Amino acid sequence: MNALPPTAATVAHDTPAYNFAYLDEQTKRMIRRAILKGIAIPGYQVPFASREMPMPYGWGTGGVQVTAAVLGPDDVLKVIDQGADDTTNAVAIRGFFRKTAGVRTTTHTAEATVIQTRHRIPEAPLAEHQILVYQVPIPEPLRFLEPRETETRTMHALEEYGLMHVKLYEDIARHGHIATTYAYPVKVDGRYIMDPSPTPKFDNPKMHRSKALQLFGAGREKRIYAIPPHTDVVSLDFEDHPFKVQTFAQPCALCAAEGVYLDEVLLDDKGGRMFVCSDTDNCEERRAAGHRGALAGDDISRKDRS
Amino acid sequence: MTAVTSAAFDGGFRQPVFDAQTTFRAIMDALARPGRRVICRPLATAPAPMSPLMAAVALTLVDPETPVWLDGALAASADVRGWFAFQTGAPMVDQPADAAFAFVVDPARMPPLSAFAQGTPEYPDRSTTLVVSAESVEDTGAVFTGPGIETSVLFDTRPAIPAFAEQWQANRALFPRGVDLLFVAADAIVGLPRSSRLRTG
Repeated sequence: MNALPPTAATVAHDTPAYNFAYLDEQTKRMIRRAILKGIAIPGYQVPFASREMPMPYGWGTGGVQVTAAVLGPDDVLKVIDQGADDTTNAVAIRGFFRKTAGVRTTTHTAEATVIQTRHRIPEAPLAEHQILVYQVPIPEPLRFLEPRETETRTMHALEEYGLMHVKLYEDIARHGHIATTYAYPVKVDGRYIMDPSPTPKFDNPKMHRSKALQLFGAGREKRIYAIPPHTDVVSLDFEDHPFKVQTFAQPCALCAAEGVYLDEVLLDDKGGRMFVCSDTDNCEERRAAGHRGALAGDDISRKDRS
Repeated sequence: MTAVTSAAFDGGFRQPVFDAQTTFRAIMDALARPGRRVICRPLATAPAPMSPLMAAVALTLVDPETPVWLDGALAASADVRGWFAFQTGAPMVDQPADAAFAFVVDPARMPPLSAFAQGTPEYPDRSTTLVVSAESVEDTGAVFTGPGIETSVLFDTRPAIPAFAEQWQANRALFPRGVDLLFVAADAIVGLPRSSRLRTG
């Protein structure tokens, strides 16, 4: 990695046609103004003039634009896709900012100053100096209940959220419990109902009074919203059906972590399966610290030494 | 046409990309953590009575897409108006309610907060952000709570905005409509978004 902080000149050397972090300054100012409005009105979706990015919609164009607008040469960027640092989307976006901004990247949650995420919140609690940027596909929590933007906008203006409670109630009527497991609607600072993006509801409690600033970017839908630090984020529920997160019967098969979100991995075509941490960095750090799960196998490094 | 002196051409960011990013992060931090003094070295200058840090804030946020309103003391200076025209290209407006950004160096004589754009119920973001000079910021005085504040925060700026407590309560009562404030001292920015509640009694 380059030891010197990148300057406009060194970045320009590799990518002569682009500004630092790809976006032009006029665009960054427009996005920055939208971010400030989002912070001032927690949970409100601020319209912004989303640009075409050199990646398709659905691959995080909103998150990438928000990241590009806040990123500086001293930042350390981490990108996760469903909790993993090593999946296509995460690798591609990390590479994009290494190339266009020359910033340092990392997979370690604690080292990062800006974390762009697709649908997970890291297991390790975030710190005050960190910024979490979410990639959001559909920012409007009421969209599947009311397709007209003019109507949902009026509903937000009037704080008319009965429809959302009807939807959760219909879940209970049909399934006996609230069956929504991801993109679980939250109320921010007692005012706006907000889509936390398709994170599992397991992560909702982490948004509540988080120390880190949380920014949300939806590129195709052209919306930016935000949750400032220390802000109340309450998952909607009913008195007799309180909000509950998923629980797992077994710990992570690799690092034996409990109380974390697990992915199911099929092992063969005979029903074999394992449950492993969705947050790869958390899992790797636990294994490095000596935690062993049931399917972790032998520790080769230790064997070599003996 | 007024004659534009060379003062209009001086004082821009030396490194526009990185200086704007540095200043923006301070502004964002200030708005995300209301009442906290966020240290920010001024990276630009402008003709008096505009302070260097206020100049940097203007260069970071203002461009031809944002109508700007200047208070009497700023608007009286042809150099300041020339500086805005040359450095930002922002259109100037006479009515505070038409402004996306308002710059105030004389808080004691500024119009009431309610005179600025408040946004609409559907689009509360269409409101004015006020950038207000502060000679000093004290961590005493009024107590604020709300998003971005862990428990509560005390702060006070001098010179004061007239009847600020009453004005701020009226502003908060409009939520999600209302204005956001950025107080700019010599080397620090303090944000006060509309979401902040003033504790009384």
